[in-house]
Amino acid sequence: MTSHLRTLRDLLVSLRLTIVLLALSLVLVFAATLDQVNLGIWAVQAKFFRSFVVYLDFGGLALPVFPGGYTIGGLLLANLTAAFVFRFKFTWRRTGIALSHLGLIVLLLGELLTGLWQRDYRLRLDQGETRNYAESFRSYELALTDVTDPAFDDVVAVPASRLARRGEIQHPKLPFRVQARAYYPNALLQMRPAGAPAPSGPGPVATQGIGQHIVAAPQPLVADPNELDLPAAFVELVGPDGILGTWLVSPQLAAPQEFTAAGRTWRVALRPERHYLSFRLTLLQFSHDRYPGTQIPKNFSSRVRLRSDDGHQDREVLIAMNQPLRHDGLAFYQSGFENNDRTTILQVVSNPSWLFPYIASGLMTLGLTLQFGIHLFGFIGGRRAAAAKPAAPAPAPVPARSAAPRPSVPTCA
Amino acid sequence: MKPLFPTLAAVAALLAVGYTLRPVRNAGAFDLAGFGETPALVNGRIKPLDTVARTTLLTLQGRQRVQAPDGRPLTPDEWFLDVMLRPALADTYRTFEIVHPDVLSLLSLATAEGDGGKRFSLAQIRPKLAEVDRQARLADDVESAVRTPFQKGIVQLRNAIVLYQHLQLTLIGDDPHVFLGQLDQLAGGLAQPAAAASPAQQGLVRELGTAFATMERFSFLHPIPPPPGGEPTAWASIGTAWTRALESRRPDPAATDFAALARAWVAQDATAFNRAVASHRARLEADFPGVMTKARVETRFNSAEPFYTSAVLYVIAFLCAVVSWLRWPAVLGPLAFRLVAIAFALSTAGIVTRMWLEARPPVTNLYSSALFVGWGAVALCLALEAVYRNAIGSVTAGLTGFATLLIAHHLALGGDTLEMMRAVLDSNFWLATHVVTIAVGYSATFLAGFLGLVYVLRGLFTRSLDAATAESIHRMMYGVICFATLFSFVGTVLGGIWADQSWGRFWGWDPKENGALIIVIWNAIILHARWAGLVRARGIAALAIFGNVVTAWSWFGVNMLGVGLHSYGFMDSAFWWLIGFVASQLLVILAAAVPTENWRSFRTAAPVSGRGQRGTLAAAAR
Repeated sequence: MTSHLRTLRDLLVSLRLTIVLLALSLVLVFAATLDQVNLGIWAVQAKFFRSFVVYLDFGGLALPVFPGGYTIGGLLLANLTAAFVFRFKFTWRRTGIALSHLGLIVLLLGELLTGLWQRDYRLRLDQGETRNYAESFRSYELALTDVTDPAFDDVVAVPASRLARRGEIQHPKLPFRVQARAYYPNALLQMRPAGAPAPSGPGPVATQGIGQHIVAAPQPLVADPNELDLPAAFVELVGPDGILGTWLVSPQLAAPQEFTAAGRTWRVALRPERHYLSFRLTLLQFSHDRYPGTQIPKNFSSRVRLRSDDGHQDREVLIAMNQPLRHDGLAFYQSGFENNDRTTILQVVSNPSWLFPYIASGLMTLGLTLQFGIHLFGFIGGRRAAAAKPAAPAPAPVPARSAAPRPSVPTCA
Repeated sequence: MKPLFPTLAAVAALLAVGYTLRPVRNAGAFDLAGFGETPALVNGRIKPLDTVARTTLLTLQGRQRVQAPDGRPLTPDEWFLDVMLRPALADTYRTFEIVHPDVLSLLSLATAEGDGGKRFSLAQIRPKLAEVDRQARLADDVESAVRTPFQKGIVQLRNAIVLYQHLQLTLIGDDPHVFLGQLDQLAGGLAQPAAAASPAQQGLVRELGTAFATMERFSFLHPIPPPPGGEPTAWASIGTAWTRALESRRPDPAATDFAALARAWVAQDATAFNRAVASHRARLEADFPGVMTKARVETRFNSAEPFYTSAVLYVIAFLCAVVSWLRWPAVLGPLAFRLVAIAFALSTAGIVTRMWLEARPPVTNLYSSALFVGWGAVALCLALEAVYRNAIGSVTAGLTGFATLLIAHHLALGGDTLEMMRAVLDSNFWLATHVVTIAVGYSATFLAGFLGLVYVLRGLFTRSLDAATAESIHRMMYGVICFATLFSFVGTVLGGIWADQSWGRFWGWDPKENGALIIVIWNAIILHARWAGLVRARGIAALAIFGNVVTAWSWFGVNMLGVGLHSYGFMDSAFWWLIGFVASQLLVILAAAVPTENWRSFRTAAPVSGRGQRGTLAAAAR
């Protein structure tokens, strides 16, 4: 048993494993780069990096062909940690190696945490508009809003992932159950010509709202990172007295659909998932500077007013290229613009682990500089010493050098 | 005795370099040099007209040289004036490059009718102009990445013709004689109040107003400086200046000078031409001395072509250094080193001049990255050569210096290489840190690869690689790879931090980011393989050569994918060159697989006395 453990440990600390893993990661990164042409950047990340195994499609049959990012990254992390525990001898000459590898551990951990924790949203603001929420790029939610009280909206939001599972949803605030009849991650909506027969087929049909006049056809997911998937869902609402009807919901429908249930007025919509902020942003001015006499953009910037809910903050902020606003654990970046330069689009990122790469890169840069600096000075010192020996015959230092042992860097302890 | 020849030859090279830096002189009676130094705002940058002329020629025909149909050579400025003012003549100059055979057959042209088989005049194209336009419109609908070579060729030709035609609307809005005559009448009319204008004059104003509007709309040249004290970047086109003059009843003095200049060039009156140029320049010198200094330096820079001279010197140095391995090492070795040093100093001066002109760090686009990667590699080579003195640094310096300048030359064909930086890139801090560090990482990785090439080719095919030299190359490769690892890693991380600052994520698996990461991983693999004892000199050489492939992929290959946030550096014509380069590197790696016992250098190193020593030498190289 002990010997097995030792074999495992020896394998885990070995430099050969490091090399194999590095080579595998190289192939993985290269293949992922090439596949971006077909899949787009998001699908590639999911397929190659945020996965344990990369599957390849052989005529409809998905076969595991390569270890994924989690596997390689995890093994590298284990390999590094094991090397740290069992192999590195801490001498001052080796602090560089130790530091740079410690930095690498932090970097890999940070990347893992980023993968787990980072959330991206966007915030679209028209000139003068105020918002206190950001919207998700790619996640949607089914919002059921009780709008009976004109002063107050009561919202129940259901993540679209729940709809995709086709389950039944109940909530104490809802006087009805929500039954997802179909969910299309990407769909094309078309108006049905008046008088045309209702589509016959396996898909459900809307019996209420605007959806009765619309045909929703599922579409393949988009690969181009500049395009978005626009989902659609058929939801059936079932009250205590029976079925209220089936609604077609989609972010492509401009307005929420209204209906009454249990004596109250409701609105139903499938909309980008919202992330509420503890403050409000108002767009004061969006600027799109160009170089004189051209259309080449020089800078984009948004002057916004930030007011916190607790009333302690009320200030103006300029968000520009390379100049984000960091506030309350979120970072706001200038991402785009619309509507003839009157609307700004900010990217909102929440990543509690955002400092990891900074720490890691500091450690690694310091470590590598130390390591190679020690090498370089050692080398120059060696040559000086060799040059200082006047009597040494010219070829003499050479065999001495070639005979010198190669590794001047850590090997096994 | 220390040989005198290397020093003498180096002094001769220095004199030759000095000769290329001499001020521009006028060959004829016209002050073309003075005209060329006149600045204008084009594509967001204030640059001398000489630069506009040269980059336009490069865009149209891939070279700056141009000649009249009778074989008389023209300077770029002379050509430029003819295009703007003597269209009938300029239309016969063969300056449109057309290479695709289908495009030629569409135009009913044979290669024999072209200058050098591929350059044609607008007069030759004119009968089929409508067809060119129709074909280009058809191709416009196709995304540029998936156009066929014919479609690319036709779109390129159409764009070239459009550029040429817009240029013709810079100084005049119509037939030169008619337009300049009308302008004369207008100048007299503007002196009187508008109310007193006769119907004929009103008609003239209407007619010219239309012409001015056309010029304003199409001319991309803005040579009219803002009034003193105005917004310093608000340069205007000549059409704009005259439109304003119609309102204010006061002609702009610069526009008046350009009109006089135009009249003089059309009439080929050198005295009047020089007077107009001098008058315009005198006002600029008084109002914008800084702009004029830059314009003068840039014009001198254009005519000196320091990178061309450097490339020539690198080739000579390379040849000297290679020969020095076989013959006359004491003479050719030092000479090669000195030539490399001169070429290096010259390209340094060139890069510094560009930085000063642009007020930017050295690398701002693909072109300047080629210059800088070469510069960095040569700097490292000089350091290596200063330490080892075995001509290996000079060989790799000559090779990398020339190769990168050649690449740069081809990248310059797209137009002005001093471009304005688009929004996200408009950050001197990150350009100076991330981009420069990455470029140094490229330099070092390439250098390690080229050292690997020298090791394998010289060891395998010549007898000149003795054990000491082999070992010194080994040490050089190792040191350079360490250096490359450090810089590519730091550069990649700085890029991540920049991305975090501007896009909200440290790492996004964008193709260019992946390319940089691959270089880091590859260098790490080499270092770990060495530390694990898996490879020695030969293995490192082979791995380092593959580093060339990795770096070429990261530098150019990912841009050819046409996806991602960094695809601003997109280029596709070089695809086959990249494939060829990769294939050549793989071939050498294959050659390196030949057991060292069969390498000519190591085979001959075995003395008759026994097998033992041969064994150790081969083993040391393994």
